[in-house]
Amino acid sequence: MNAIPGRIAPAPLLSVEGLTKWYGHVLGCRDVAFDLRPGEVLGIVGESGSGKTTLLNCISGKLTPTSGEVRFDTRRFGLTDIYGLSEPDRRRMQREEWGFVHQNPRDGLRMRVSGGANVAEPLMNLGSRHYGNMRQATIDWLDRVELDTRRIDDKPRNFSGGMQQRIQVARNLIHGPRLVFMDEPTGGLDVSVQARLLDLLRELVRDLGLAVIIVTHDMAVARLMADRLMVMKGGEVVETGLTDQVLDDPQHPYTQLLVSSVLQI
Amino acid sequence: MSTPVPARANAPERYYNYAYLDEQTKRMIRRSILKALAIPGYQVPFGSREMPVPYGWGTGGIQLTAAIIGPDDVYKCIDQGADDTTNAVSIRRFFANVADVATTEDTAEATIIQTRHRIPEKPLKEGQVLVYQVPQPEPLRGLEARETETRAMHAYEEYGLQYVSLYENVSAYGRIAATAGYPVMVEERYLMSPSPIPKFDNPKMAQNEAVMLFGAGREKRIYAVPPFTRVRSLDFEDYPFETQTWEETCALCGAKDSYLDEVILDDAGDKMFVCSDSHHCAERRAAGHVGPMAGHTLDQDAALKEPAQ
Repeated sequence: MNAIPGRIAPAPLLSVEGLTKWYGHVLGCRDVAFDLRPGEVLGIVGESGSGKTTLLNCISGKLTPTSGEVRFDTRRFGLTDIYGLSEPDRRRMQREEWGFVHQNPRDGLRMRVSGGANVAEPLMNLGSRHYGNMRQATIDWLDRVELDTRRIDDKPRNFSGGMQQRIQVARNLIHGPRLVFMDEPTGGLDVSVQARLLDLLRELVRDLGLAVIIVTHDMAVARLMADRLMVMKGGEVVETGLTDQVLDDPQHPYTQLLVSSVLQI
Repeated sequence: MSTPVPARANAPERYYNYAYLDEQTKRMIRRSILKALAIPGYQVPFGSREMPVPYGWGTGGIQLTAAIIGPDDVYKCIDQGADDTTNAVSIRRFFANVADVATTEDTAEATIIQTRHRIPEKPLKEGQVLVYQVPQPEPLRGLEARETETRAMHAYEEYGLQYVSLYENVSAYGRIAATAGYPVMVEERYLMSPSPIPKFDNPKMAQNEAVMLFGAGREKRIYAVPPFTRVRSLDFEDYPFETQTWEETCALCGAKDSYLDEVILDDAGDKMFVCSDSHHCAERRAAGHVGPMAGHTLDQDAALKEPAQ
């Protein structure tokens, strides 16, 4: 991203450098580098097997990269390599400052406890011990993601897929994270539900000034959500740039193929 | 040249090694117990042996007892507070048989008390050991199935998850309705399952004079609460921890402050409440306390003559 003259670019929230992951002799992703600034939404697009999820897992501290650094501007330690932190510190940082929305709500929710408890859990993990306050915060958040607050005590399995995804979104935003990872957040949903959820996500992200890294193979999702795009192929980043620029004027042959293969109705 | 092993005096009638387990096994268990006492509330893995009872019948407790018992001990065994239930009787008989110890039903007299689901009503004293039989040592297991994850949570003191179960309780019942196996914090460090004792007994664990040992045979874990240790039951700021209370008194001894079991008497819904601690109740009756239903002798002939409706 080119700095605008006369304005000081804010310090990066997340800075990734030379990130490489090998699964044995199979390449996951190679030499990925980028900076993410507060409030910025970065989309990672590419076909299946292009290394998007590997990259996301490496950045979000779930998968140790083979080489390279992931530096995050933590509240307690400043800009620091997350894999250099001790495990308890890293887990605490992930709990306090990050959220992770999975493609399948079953991966991101505890299916055996109620939707309300799922949303309130991050608060309890951060030390809240007052039931009334947590209950109120949960109700507020269910309202914010446009769920019926009377269904607060229903189990996640009794909600539809789109509603489960909304619970997951509320659960990942209630504790006020600064960076949220989203792995195909609209993946398993039908088109109309997808559109409504995207709309909601976009609104929340703008309102809260969140930084988001969103992985998707859906160009429409990328167009709607992301400020900036990274196109991946075969584990490498082949093109980066502002979303509109990448989608309207793709430079790399693969990106051109990707953009032209979107179905038009 | 090896020196001949002197034969035991009672070799002919003794079929098993003293206290059933072999000496190496008892040594291993004692080492685990010492580690458990050194880190109150921490679950120490141990090489659980196959016992002559099925898992779930107290294999963990029996192994702990076997490792610490000596001929001078006086042994008491209770199941749900009662000395006279099948399980308690057979385990007591087992140790009388394999360890040549005196057995008792008197809480004050016993040096080792093995228990399932209760802490005796009479306060324990220094020098006594309370051995708990534990089915599931991991308090977080119901919420987190991965052992690797629960171990990390204990190591890093990440206990927020346990409050999710309390939250569920309050949202469903308007109060913390969990009654047994109510999770506790030991010395403000380790989260511990107190085995399925009623939460009525939880306050008794705090600053107790006796040594408390917990053994889970199937799960292969030993943990302990040494004497005079802080034990705090978890709660919310606006929903504080409470123990059970009863409006009734014990029907036999009239006790108002003991843990009561409900006993259904007939198909018409008649019921009585009695102390679950059978020795406590017997002692009170011997001391002259009388409950509302005490003093009736059972008329067996009448019961036989009247056919069930």
